[in-house]
Amino acid sequence: MRAALALGLAAAVIGACSTASTGVDTPVPGDVMVFAGSSLTDAFKRAGDELTRANPDARFTFNFGSSSTLATQITNGAPADVFASADDANMQKVVDAKLTDGIPLTFASNRLQIAVAPGNPKKIAGLADLARSDIVLVLAAPTVPAGKYALEALTRAGVTAKPASQEVDVRAVLNKVGLGEADAGIVYVTDVKSAAGRVMGVDVPDQQQVVARYPITVVKGSRNEALAHRFVDFLTSPAGQSVLAEFGFSHP
Amino acid sequence: MTSERPPVLFAVVAAIGIAFFVLPLAGLISRTPWETALGELTTPEALTALQLSLVVSLAATALALGLGVPLAWVYARVPFPGRNVVRALTTLPMILPPVVGGVALLFAFGRRGLFGQPLDAIGIRLPFTTAGAVLAATFVAMPFLVLTVEAGLRSMDRRYEDAARTLGAGRWLVFRRVTLPLIAPSVFAGAVLCWARALGEFGATITFAGNLPGTTQTLPLAVYIALETRPEVAITLSLILLAVSLAILVTMRDRYLRAF
Repeated sequence: MRAALALGLAAAVIGACSTASTGVDTPVPGDVMVFAGSSLTDAFKRAGDELTRANPDARFTFNFGSSSTLATQITNGAPADVFASADDANMQKVVDAKLTDGIPLTFASNRLQIAVAPGNPKKIAGLADLARSDIVLVLAAPTVPAGKYALEALTRAGVTAKPASQEVDVRAVLNKVGLGEADAGIVYVTDVKSAAGRVMGVDVPDQQQVVARYPITVVKGSRNEALAHRFVDFLTSPAGQSVLAEFGFSHP
Repeated sequence: MTSERPPVLFAVVAAIGIAFFVLPLAGLISRTPWETALGELTTPEALTALQLSLVVSLAATALALGLGVPLAWVYARVPFPGRNVVRALTTLPMILPPVVGGVALLFAFGRRGLFGQPLDAIGIRLPFTTAGAVLAATFVAMPFLVLTVEAGLRSMDRRYEDAARTLGAGRWLVFRRVTLPLIAPSVFAGAVLCWARALGEFGATITFAGNLPGTTQTLPLAVYIALETRPEVAITLSLILLAVSLAILVTMRDRYLRAF
């Protein structure tokens, strides 16, 4: 606990230093609306806080949801300034609609983990156990990145599992496990970390693992391009990367 | 009722009000792929959702009738203390966000819920089952039936019941042969409104029952999921829901206006 605290402090100090050193310290006022895949919820809120601390007249508001829903909203004209997707496919929809300002950058990656109840009462050791008939398994819908990755991982492991539900986004999967309605769900490492205490994670070995890559872009027609770029720049800066790492994301 | 020429301002504002509701429908219709609509409807996923929606909404209506008609009778005829509060509690789902209803259902009937735990112990599990979807739909839809039937009971002429009783009929016989036929139109209207609400149920279902094709993925859930990958399917399914709801509201207008 103390070690974790020290690490967090160190990260915060490093974060503060590098924010100053990357030259993003001239304040840009205004509002920016960030659309981001729901797995980014905690990390992006923190990133927003850090940026506002250095830039008090800026305000970041977030719309978290499944990347596929967000892509649909943006291509139908939702007023997004920044879009961060949990996969390339949904970013591509926005690229195809010519709504990106430049080429999307991959700023983070994430790995899958099996979320189970604290203490792992059902003794789930890996993906193969998810096919057991005494396990209530919940996945994200196959249209959602997390659901697509989960199916890929199950295929790699040669496991045919029947989910009890295909939830609308990865956070809904996490909640079903956290509430005890499901025994297991395939989510991201970062989700398990964010729900520490309510769920615990069972690792998926490398040969079955699917790595999720997160692209980000400023949306064309943003009302505050300068601040939108500031958000994107921050995430790719060392300071932003350390915030992401703190929440369990890996480097792209 | 006399008809009257509206002041210009009222007419303009009323027209804006109408446009507010008509424009989204026009948007939906403008995106409908008419040539392929029938094809979209006969895809296995659409048919599965349609069939499940019929089963769930009809089962919810049946459950609501069984529980709701006696409840409406109690509200209309038995002046017990706290009746208004109890009535408010049972009509809460009409204005409660359905997702909140779903969460509440989870805490009551989920695996770790108040009643879910003992139910689970005897092998009855509601979340992620069709029965769970029926429960969620009944929760949000039954108030429509209860209020409509209660209004019917309150507005009926009770002298027929008195006459039957003086002729020696028992209470059950009076209810069955006199009261029920008299309020039949209200019961029918309430059941149809309840069915329509159950058919459109989304939030409580996805929260409590989850989303699995063939088990808990009803039409509205299928619309939501399809919107992201196959918008044509979503739009066509939406149009069905819309047509059904519109037909019901047009034909039931007098009934529900009287109830509320």
